[in-house]
Amino acid sequence: MLDNIKDFASDFFVTGDPLIYGADVAIVLTMIAVVTALTYFKKWKWLWQDWITSVDHKKIGIMYVIASLLMLFRGGMDALLMRTQLAVPNMEFLSPEHYNAIFTTHGVIMILFMAMPLMFGLFNLVIPLQIGARDVAYPFLNSLSFWLFFFGAMLFNVSFVIGGSPDAGWLSYPPLSELSHSPGVGQDFYIWGIQISGIGSLMTGINFIVTILKMRAPGMKLMKMPMFTWSVLSSCLTIILAFPILTVTLALLFIDRYLGAHFFTLDSGGNPMMYINLIWMWGHPEVYIVVLPAFGIFSEIAATFSKKRLFGYKSMVFALMSISLFSFFTWAHHFFTMGSGADVNAFFAITTMLIAIPTGVKVFNWLFTMFRGKLSFPTPMMWMLGFIPCFVVGGMTGVLLSVAPADFQFHNSYFLIAHFHQVLIGGVAFGYFAGLYYWWPKVFGFKLNEKIGKWAFWLWNIGFYVCFMPQYFLGLMGMTRRVSSYGWDKGWYELNLTSTIGGFLMGIGFLFQVWQILHSIKFMEKDTTGDPWGGRTLEWSIPSPAPMYNFATVPRVSEKDAWWEEKQRIAQGLAPTPKPQLEPIHMPKNSGIPFIMSACFFVAGFGFVFDWLWMAIPGLVGVAACMLYHSFNYNTDYYIPVDEIKRTEAAAGRAV
Amino acid sequence: MAQHPAHGAHEAHDSHEAHGSLKSYVIGFALSLVLTAIPLIIVLNDVLEGTSAKVVLLASAVLQFVVQLFYFMHLKEEGKPRWNLMVLILGLIIVLTIVAGSIWIMTYNSVG
Amino acid sequence: MAQSGNHSVANPAGHDEHEGHHDLEALRMMGFWIFLITDCILFGTLFATYVVLHNNTAGGPTGAELFEMPGVIAETFILLTSSFTSGLAVLSMNRGDRKGLIGWLIVTALLGASFITLEITEFVKLVHEGAAISTSGSWSAFYTLVGTHGLHVSVGLVWMISIMLQLGRHGITSVTRRKVNIISLYWHFLDVVWIFVFTIVYMMGVM
Repeated sequence: MLDNIKDFASDFFVTGDPLIYGADVAIVLTMIAVVTALTYFKKWKWLWQDWITSVDHKKIGIMYVIASLLMLFRGGMDALLMRTQLAVPNMEFLSPEHYNAIFTTHGVIMILFMAMPLMFGLFNLVIPLQIGARDVAYPFLNSLSFWLFFFGAMLFNVSFVIGGSPDAGWLSYPPLSELSHSPGVGQDFYIWGIQISGIGSLMTGINFIVTILKMRAPGMKLMKMPMFTWSVLSSCLTIILAFPILTVTLALLFIDRYLGAHFFTLDSGGNPMMYINLIWMWGHPEVYIVVLPAFGIFSEIAATFSKKRLFGYKSMVFALMSISLFSFFTWAHHFFTMGSGADVNAFFAITTMLIAIPTGVKVFNWLFTMFRGKLSFPTPMMWMLGFIPCFVVGGMTGVLLSVAPADFQFHNSYFLIAHFHQVLIGGVAFGYFAGLYYWWPKVFGFKLNEKIGKWAFWLWNIGFYVCFMPQYFLGLMGMTRRVSSYGWDKGWYELNLTSTIGGFLMGIGFLFQVWQILHSIKFMEKDTTGDPWGGRTLEWSIPSPAPMYNFATVPRVSEKDAWWEEKQRIAQGLAPTPKPQLEPIHMPKNSGIPFIMSACFFVAGFGFVFDWLWMAIPGLVGVAACMLYHSFNYNTDYYIPVDEIKRTEAAAGRAV
Repeated sequence: MAQHPAHGAHEAHDSHEAHGSLKSYVIGFALSLVLTAIPLIIVLNDVLEGTSAKVVLLASAVLQFVVQLFYFMHLKEEGKPRWNLMVLILGLIIVLTIVAGSIWIMTYNSVG
Repeated sequence: MAQSGNHSVANPAGHDEHEGHHDLEALRMMGFWIFLITDCILFGTLFATYVVLHNNTAGGPTGAELFEMPGVIAETFILLTSSFTSGLAVLSMNRGDRKGLIGWLIVTALLGASFITLEITEFVKLVHEGAAISTSGSWSAFYTLVGTHGLHVSVGLVWMISIMLQLGRHGITSVTRRKVNIISLYWHFLDVVWIFVFTIVYMMGVM
């Protein structure tokens, strides 16, 4: 009996590496600390009522941001572990197996559990406020999306200490990811973690498309929408068109592993290349999904801190929408070397080069927006200025990679690694940081410390170039991705060491950001105006943080940059646009179902990972029960009375 | 949702998204039956073979799709702006891309 | 263009309420339509996989050898008829005829159940004849594509029953009206997908 338990435990828990034991201890201690703190301060009820069951887009947004910053920490730790291993030749810090697991989880976490949720967080925090709406189209579904992401991410991260991490690369190419080559549970954690959070992403895509198309304030025509709203629309369109492909691809891989099917196996008529074809049909649009909103953020920031209208509004809209469509016609450039023939390679090389054109248009629009503007340089603007050169270089190396014959040299070398980190860090991460700094006062009601923020910016920016510029050269010198060590004879030592130093500079930059947040909480600089930057769009017209119903009266919009124009009118001594009378506001009720249902998904996923049907089936039954319960529940909304609105507005210093 | 009874007042609102008439359903059903019968007759009686049979099969399927779109799903009755139609067209473009692209890319990679 | 969509402006007392609820329901219809588009892409990907892999039989049985068309033809006409009857259910609803509505939904559900029964019978028979999901890439793609459609129909059945119960409890309200519209849209969609399964998998398979 005891031996059985021991056997089970040694399989079930990951063992053998001091790093993992350290992580085990840290996880247990953190959990004890959290539980103790919640119990000691009697905060359980608060946590459940105010956060877990909340369907308020602003709270869901904050939860997304917190979760994604935690994931950024985890993914960043993975990155630093890898850079440490590569710092000098023949390093024996990580075993090759451990290194495989770490580069896999680094990629998955950074794209799917860091960039995506941080992006969804910004959607949630900003979009309803920016279009003058009181919530998203489907608040219940919004909460469900968040919890599906959360439990999907948890399921994926659990693999670190239970069962073993996936180690077949961030896209898990078969045959390596098939049962024949990866018999452990790591791949199943990968499949179920991504699958569960992917359902959430798909629903968020639908939710925000309908929100933007149908819930804009009266008078806000499509061509008067703020640019960030446009970018979210284009990103969400790409999400709904691309994510079903991911769902199918992972499901097929799971059927291969679980039912012994032969989609991507090497025998019995399977074809691994079909997986590569399918996964990139999602994978390529995915990178545009995450970068398009960053373009929107930069457009807002460029206009605000230049005190000018965005240059080339129409061309910007056209560029965003055409990128979201064209991103579906370029996927084969990820596998030029697969041997699909010259016609295929030529076609996809050309489409890839074409998609650079709308991107170039945008860069010029931002530059012309700043040209002769009244510029100021607070932290959001700094990130914007850091982004432009970084993204231009990253984009141009992308065009180099798109030349099919040349790609046979660049493919899977460090040149590629440097390229996509340059667009993903320089474009996506810088963009989301900029957005976070820009909208932080609106979300939390206080500003972040500028001085520490600038330190963080410079550490990140310099660290980035120190880390990734050497990697272009390493790639040209023949260093391929995913190698866990190299010999002294290769001549890669100096560049690798430099790169590692750069990586740690960015790590220190992250620490500065954490310090910045803590420092700003302590010495709180309250934003009482609701409009600390001199903003242009509707979110700046309401108090910070926004009241739970967002707008006491729904604003009427007559032109682009509605809030800016309103301020101009008032400055000229004209009367402000009259506000309609207060009316009771229709709001959705909180619900615990999204949390419970997602937890059931977690249970089902965990059961499937270990092939425990006794656990998976009850989990699925729980999911179905939650859906039916929600369908039969007709008591889902309530009204906020006028008195309460008056009290809330008065407390925020607003006359009504 | 607070409960409240259905009543005449709603009909006025619903008129722009009304859900067809018996006539439209019957026409749709009849056309669908015919478009299902055509391929059956052609293939099971070997009237056509090879590419021409494939073309007729696919054409009947696509036509039946269009018929159901209009007579069963009432796509035509959507008010402006026609978001549903636009998203549908976008979705179909992507579906075509997926199918045609996969066939093209995998032509040289078939390993039976 | 956007003003009509903002459901939050509703007033609980005045006639605005209907407008608010009506808009909310229209909003949900639109969301469901977009969901169906994503489902289209899901099936499109499965079709692409089937088309690419269907010749990879690895020396095992082929579809042309094993498909039995009478059963498939019956399934096709049953599902087509159920799509029609789900439309009749909506027509009854628009007349305010709750009995007719529930009656037609029951007919639709029974037709759907017989479709599923036929499909399961077919699958069992195929497995007995040596064509299981693990037999070859071709059969893996077949079972996954056809099975995913069958799963959609089964989910639709459970959902339809739950809507009938809600209709029994609440009658025809703006909420149940939307739910019936959505399930009937879903049902039409499943028939459309089946047309392509029928054409590409079965008809082209036996050709």
